[in-house]
Amino acid sequence: MNLTDRTIWGYRRENGRVGVRNYVAILPLDDISNAACEAVAAHIQGTIALPHAYGRLQFGADLDLHFRTMIGTGANPNVAACVVIGIEPVWTGKVVAGIASTGKPVAGFSIEGNGDIATVAAASRKAKELVHWASEKVREECPLTEVWIAAKCGESDTTTGLASCPTVGNMYDKLIPLGLYGCFGETSELTGAEHLAAARAASPEMAGKFMRTWSAYQQEVIEAHKTSDLSDSQPTKGNIAGGLTTIEEKALGNLEKIGKKVKFVDVLTPAEVPARGAGLYFMDTSSAAAECCTLQAAAGYVVHIFPTGQGNVIGNPIMPVIKVSGNPRTVRLMSEHIDLDVSGIVRREMTIDSAGNALIDMIVRTANGRYTAAEALGHREFVMTKLYRSA
Amino acid sequence: MDAPPQLLVHDRRDNVAVVVVENLVAGTDALCVVTEDNSEFRTPVTQDVPLGHKVALQDLANGTTVVKYGQDIGRVVAPIRKGEHVHTHNLKTKRW
Repeated sequence: MNLTDRTIWGYRRENGRVGVRNYVAILPLDDISNAACEAVAAHIQGTIALPHAYGRLQFGADLDLHFRTMIGTGANPNVAACVVIGIEPVWTGKVVAGIASTGKPVAGFSIEGNGDIATVAAASRKAKELVHWASEKVREECPLTEVWIAAKCGESDTTTGLASCPTVGNMYDKLIPLGLYGCFGETSELTGAEHLAAARAASPEMAGKFMRTWSAYQQEVIEAHKTSDLSDSQPTKGNIAGGLTTIEEKALGNLEKIGKKVKFVDVLTPAEVPARGAGLYFMDTSSAAAECCTLQAAAGYVVHIFPTGQGNVIGNPIMPVIKVSGNPRTVRLMSEHIDLDVSGIVRREMTIDSAGNALIDMIVRTANGRYTAAEALGHREFVMTKLYRSA
Repeated sequence: MDAPPQLLVHDRRDNVAVVVVENLVAGTDALCVVTEDNSEFRTPVTQDVPLGHKVALQDLANGTTVVKYGQDIGRVVAPIRKGEHVHTHNLKTKRW
C-alpha cells in the first residue's frame, strides 16, 4: 500500500492531535502525593497512576522542566483525561491549567487541610466520572503520519548500528517526508558523531544550535563532574559485553536511527513541544532510557521505537515502546521483550528496506491497539529529569 | 539467498569487522560482507571472538586510528595482528 494512504485507528483529541491509547492518568504533582494517586488508581479501574520522585523545592530552569514534564504528560494525546493531586493547591493548579489548555478534561485536588483519605475519596469520585467518559471514546481512522513517533536506543551493541538502528532510520526516511513528527535525543551518546549529527541539521542556524547544545553538555555535565574518563559508564557494561568499545563507536551506531536523508528542523530543550511543523527534531536529553522516553512523551510523542542489542526492557506508562532487535542471541534469549526481530539483516535474509517496512507494519498494529512487549510485561518506567539539587 | 556471513563491515574504509554469529572460533576463514554494497571477501579469524565483537582486518600498530562506519572510533593502545579480537584491551576512545 502507498504509505501516503496508510491509516491507523486512533483517538482524535480536543486539540486535533491523535492518540493511540486512552488512559485516565492520575498524576502526582510531587513525590508526597504518590500515595494518594496510587490509592485512586487502585480503587478506580481504568486509571493509571504515574508516581515519580520529585516536585518539591525545585526552582529556576529545573522547576520549569518539572512543570513542562508534568503538563506535557497530562496533555499527551494518549491520555484521555487527567486527575492531578498535589500537596498544595497553587502548583497543582498550575499543572491543571496547563493540561486544560489542550481542551481535555482535567481536575486537581490538594492534600493540605484535607488529608489523604478525603482527597482520595474526592479524586476517586472524579476519576470514576472521567473513566466513564473516556471509555466511551471511539477510535477513528487517522493518517499514519499523524502519529508522532520518537526513538531512542538502549543496551546497544554492534548489531544495533548494523540492523535495528538503520531499520528505524529507514522508517524515518520513508515517513518524515510524508509529514511525520520524529524525535531523537541522547546528547551524550552523540559524542564522536556530533559532527555528523550537526551535518544533518536542516539549516546552518540549526547546526549551530545543535553544536551549542552538545558543547554545553560536555562542559556543564561531563567536564564539571567526571572523575577520570567515562569509561566505566559510557559505554555501559552491557554495551561492552555486546562488543562496543568506545563512545565514538556507540555514537555512530546510535546516529543510524535518523536514517540517511532526513534533516532535523529544530533543537528542543528537554520535554519541549515541537513547534516548527512536521519533521525530525533533536531533543537535548539524557541517554538513560527511562528519562529520555519520559521527556519525549511529555513533548507529545505517542509511539516510541526502541532499538536494542543486548536487551533493554524499558517501557513507559503512557507511550507504547516498540522494541526492535537485530541481535540473534537476544531475540532468542529475551524474545518476550522484542516486538520486531530484524536479526535477519545480519544473516542477509532481510534488507534494511524490508525491515523498515516491517517496522511500519508494527507501528500501525501498535497504534491500532496491539500491546507492546513492554505493555504486556507491565513496564511503566516514568522518570523525571532533574537538572540540579533542590533548594 | 546469499550465504550468511560470519563478519560484517559497514564501510570499505573500515579496518575492523563485526562478528555476527555465535561461537566463532580461532582458525576460521570467515566470510565477510560489506553492508554498503553487499560485496564479499574472506578474512582469517585467529582468536575466539564473541558475537558482536570486532576482528582486525589488518595489522594495527600502536596509535593507529581504528575506522568503523568509515569514521574514527578510537586509537590502538596495544598492537593488534590481523584476525585478532579488537576491544577494550587494545582500543581506547580519543574522547573524555
